Amino acid sequence: MSLFLIAALPFLGAVFPALLIRAGRNASASAAGLTTFLAFAGLLLHAPAIFRGEVIQVGVDWLPALGLNANFFLDGLGFLFASMILGIGLLIILYARFYLSREDPMGQFYTYLLLFQGAMVGITLSDNILLLLVFWELTSLSSFLLIGYWKHLPEGRQGARMALAVTGSGGLAMIGGMMILGNITGSYDLSVILQNKELIQASPLYLPALVLILVGCFTKSAQFPFHFWLPHAMAAPTPVSAYLHSATMVKAGIFLMARLWPVLAGTPEWFYIVATTGLVTMLLGAVIALFKDDLKALLAFSTVSHLGLITMLLGFGTKIAAVTAVFHIINHATFKAALFMSAGIVDHETHTRDINRLGGLRHLMPVTATIAIVAALSMAGIPPFNGFLSKEMMLEETVHTHWGSSAYLVPGLALLAALFSAAYSFRFIGHVFLGQPRNDYPAKPHDPGFGMWAGPALLMILVVLIGLFSATLVGPLVAIAAGAVIGGAELPYYSLKLWHGLTPALYMSGVAVAGGLLLLLLHRPLMAAWNAALRPEAKQIFDRLMRGLTKLSQLITDGLHNGAITRYAFVMMLFIIALSYYAYSSGTIQAPTRLAQTEGPIALIAWFCLIVATLAVVAKHRQRQLSLVLIGVVGLVVSLGFNYLSAPDLALTQLSVEVVTMILLLLALNFMPKDSPIESPLWVRLRDGGIAVIAGLGAATLIYMLMLRDFSMPSISEFHLANSYKGGGGTNVVNVILVDFRGYDTFGEIIVLGIAALVIYALTEAVLGTRVRAYLLNRKPDMPQAGDAHPMMMVVATRVMMPLALMVAAYIFFRGHNLPGGGFIAGLITAIALLMQYMASGFSWASERQRMFYHGTIGSGVLIAAATGLGSWFGGVPFLTSAFGYIHWPPLDEFEWATAALFDLGVFLAVVGAVLLALESLARFAWQPGISSEHAMDINPARDDLEQAQLQAQAPGKHPGLQAPGPHDPSTKGEV
Amino acid sequence: MNPLSIEFLVASAVGLLTAAGIYLILRRRTFPVILGLSLLTYGVNIFLFATGRLMVNAPPILNKYADVAYTDPLPQALVLTAIVISFGMTAVVVMIALAAYLSARDDLIDMPHHPEDEGEDA
Repeated sequence: MSLFLIAALPFLGAVFPALLIRAGRNASASAAGLTTFLAFAGLLLHAPAIFRGEVIQVGVDWLPALGLNANFFLDGLGFLFASMILGIGLLIILYARFYLSREDPMGQFYTYLLLFQGAMVGITLSDNILLLLVFWELTSLSSFLLIGYWKHLPEGRQGARMALAVTGSGGLAMIGGMMILGNITGSYDLSVILQNKELIQASPLYLPALVLILVGCFTKSAQFPFHFWLPHAMAAPTPVSAYLHSATMVKAGIFLMARLWPVLAGTPEWFYIVATTGLVTMLLGAVIALFKDDLKALLAFSTVSHLGLITMLLGFGTKIAAVTAVFHIINHATFKAALFMSAGIVDHETHTRDINRLGGLRHLMPVTATIAIVAALSMAGIPPFNGFLSKEMMLEETVHTHWGSSAYLVPGLALLAALFSAAYSFRFIGHVFLGQPRNDYPAKPHDPGFGMWAGPALLMILVVLIGLFSATLVGPLVAIAAGAVIGGAELPYYSLKLWHGLTPALYMSGVAVAGGLLLLLLHRPLMAAWNAALRPEAKQIFDRLMRGLTKLSQLITDGLHNGAITRYAFVMMLFIIALSYYAYSSGTIQAPTRLAQTEGPIALIAWFCLIVATLAVVAKHRQRQLSLVLIGVVGLVVSLGFNYLSAPDLALTQLSVEVVTMILLLLALNFMPKDSPIESPLWVRLRDGGIAVIAGLGAATLIYMLMLRDFSMPSISEFHLANSYKGGGGTNVVNVILVDFRGYDTFGEIIVLGIAALVIYALTEAVLGTRVRAYLLNRKPDMPQAGDAHPMMMVVATRVMMPLALMVAAYIFFRGHNLPGGGFIAGLITAIALLMQYMASGFSWASERQRMFYHGTIGSGVLIAAATGLGSWFGGVPFLTSAFGYIHWPPLDEFEWATAALFDLGVFLAVVGAVLLALESLARFAWQPGISSEHAMDINPARDDLEQAQLQAQAPGKHPGLQAPGPHDPSTKGEV
Repeated sequence: MNPLSIEFLVASAVGLLTAAGIYLILRRRTFPVILGLSLLTYGVNIFLFATGRLMVNAPPILNKYADVAYTDPLPQALVLTAIVISFGMTAVVVMIALAAYLSARDDLIDMPHHPEDEGEDA
């Protein structure tokens, strides 16, 4: 199976558990299990090649300009980790099916789990360190979801947040480190980086890169001083703890250290940072674990300790230590996952994880007890289980390791850690399973069903078998994985067996076991002393740090971002002016190369109108209706100006947009105050005026200077003019640019327009869902209303004009490719034609009669445009390449067809839909029940007579005209 | 500087529209700010348009029968989309202003400052 598929399978499969949960919990779990199984099987198919020592590589260029390629490779190390992730994943999926209760959303769980699994597999298979970083961050995110899976538990949320904060910030550091590494070697591909040991270690940036990468690894693998997040992540459901915190995520840091071992290891810096951190972590974790009463906390600190052990071994930098590290990774994954699952079973059945409340479970849960005791003995390093083997090899290595000038420091501390490790393992066995059964368990304990203990039992069998037949069972795996770690160099001599003779390591093991038993006997007084001692509490420190950071960022945010938009605008203007001044003062101005064109009186009159209207808008902006009229004048002059200056398309667009905008603003103003009060003091207005004048002068000068000079570089416009007809088949160059040359821009633009309309629609929905609706319904109009909301003159006029307007729109649309016009303008004209109906005949009348669904109109517009673009693929040309030709049907004149017209149709539909949806939404604010004229314009005098006759029949003797509320009752309120 | 040249007229119009737009944007109520945005949009659009240099009677409509001069079509295409997009923007801003006014009965653009209650997630 392709490595792409193996890495992608968990992500693809992640969809199914969430969907299939409707078919039941078994279906959901099976989907997750099947996905994992497929990926696992695909991986195992590569096993023969991997064991022959081959490296499998696949890759495609993704973003080659950034050095980010989707390259995957599979070697021994990747194979070891990927098979652990997928294999244990399979067991966890089975276990979780029975562990999770009915109340837990299981589909979600498996989806998160598969996402996490995919990210982990991705890390182990990545050949590109940027790709690896992507997967690395994905593990942080997906583990956040998994740790916080029980959303109702505050510990779960806090633990998830802490894990994300710590591992996420470590990931940031690692990005920096990886960038440096990539810069040193000139490639982001691991297979290249791994060949460049001398180059990297000689670089002055070696140390920064090393430290940054190690921060990433240490945070992920819970090394001191970042170890504190792991115990808090135990608030997660036990399957998550067993998966993430024994076998996979915390091993990601270890994996990366092993992966980069060939190029980073072997220097004193590496030894002192990595080995020391590992040693301290190993000892600290083991000591704390002994004093934890919570089963999972004990296991968590034990995990911290064992991760420290592996880190230390990698830190030694010798080949034999690397082999030992690989071997211990396998052993730890087997016994620790089994232990976590057993602890979960105990918790599940007795409803407590407090060691003080347990004991004697050996009699009540014999199966679970057997599994847990075997695994714990392995953890303690008791022969013949697998933990003994790797611990012996580890102790043997420490004997040969000098720290500084001291030969005893490393073995001494390692022995102490092993001693504590034995002690907490014995405590786990003794205080939970041995002893007499109690009668005060929170729930009656019994062994769970097969499904729940099958996974840990399988792991227990592995623990025993690897211990007994290590060389046969895992020897080859250790060999290929360790071979990959040490970078293909020849493996040192080692032998995986129980009896190595009377070595120092054996004596040390004996001391550790005896000391461990002694500590267990002394546990009670030791515990009292521990509780009395003053210890720094990591969570409190972390919380205080977080509070401080939150306060600081709040302070900064509130200081900069206080909600005064006027101030933002002011600062922004000042900044732009300052920038412009800098640009002006640092540049040079050439002499003018163009002559100014003189102008006659008509342009002068238009200019005069524009100036006066603009000044009047500013002067009269407090009278809002008047200022709307004035700004309409400005828009009109601008349209005329465009037309005069050889831009007929712009003139048409500006004119129609102007109409729509005016309607929009009038509609909105209907509900808003009609005046703005004077609020700013005079000095503020003078200050703003000063800023405005400076900006205006700047803009005017800049454009004036620009217009009197030629282009400093040849313009691409010439290309457009030359190719518009030849390549685009149209003579209206502006339209050809829009639908052909820059069709992609236009495509994006109609999408933006559609989104804007949908935003408006959604806002309307949201606002009208609140008490605003009641306010609107009860609101008294603050201006005199028209006597007749729908005057007949206007109704008649708009209905007569409607077909004409649509005809004009069609004309404008079709001629657009060759003459001024096109989809935008035609769309606006159509929208206006329809809006007129709303205005004249009323919202209810119009919406009853229109069959268009505006959302659909927008959508179909975008889709048509997209389909036109995609269509060019079938011709084997790039997206949105237009085709055109000419048809001659006698007796008609020759006419042109072009796919660009189809694209323009999409633009047309999107514009119509967007404009109408926006204005219709706004009009809904004005809607009131019962205001639609019953007969908006049915001119039928006979009905009036009929009604009067009826009324007279009902109320004889009274004058009919006084009480008959006719269709044109002045009390009907205005709308639209 | 010829005060009657088209260039001067256009440049002065751009300057005035920009100045008026900025002054109104710095006001404190939504409606003047929207007016200001509209004026600034005119100013910016004309500015963009004018970067193609000005020509009278030379629309970029190709003439099959005669070799004539054309004005620069590229800024026109840019400005055409800018006009339509600015309509969309204006519509959204108007809508937000209206919704804010109806919800809070207040059309000031500056948000009232509430010290956020920093809820420690328990």
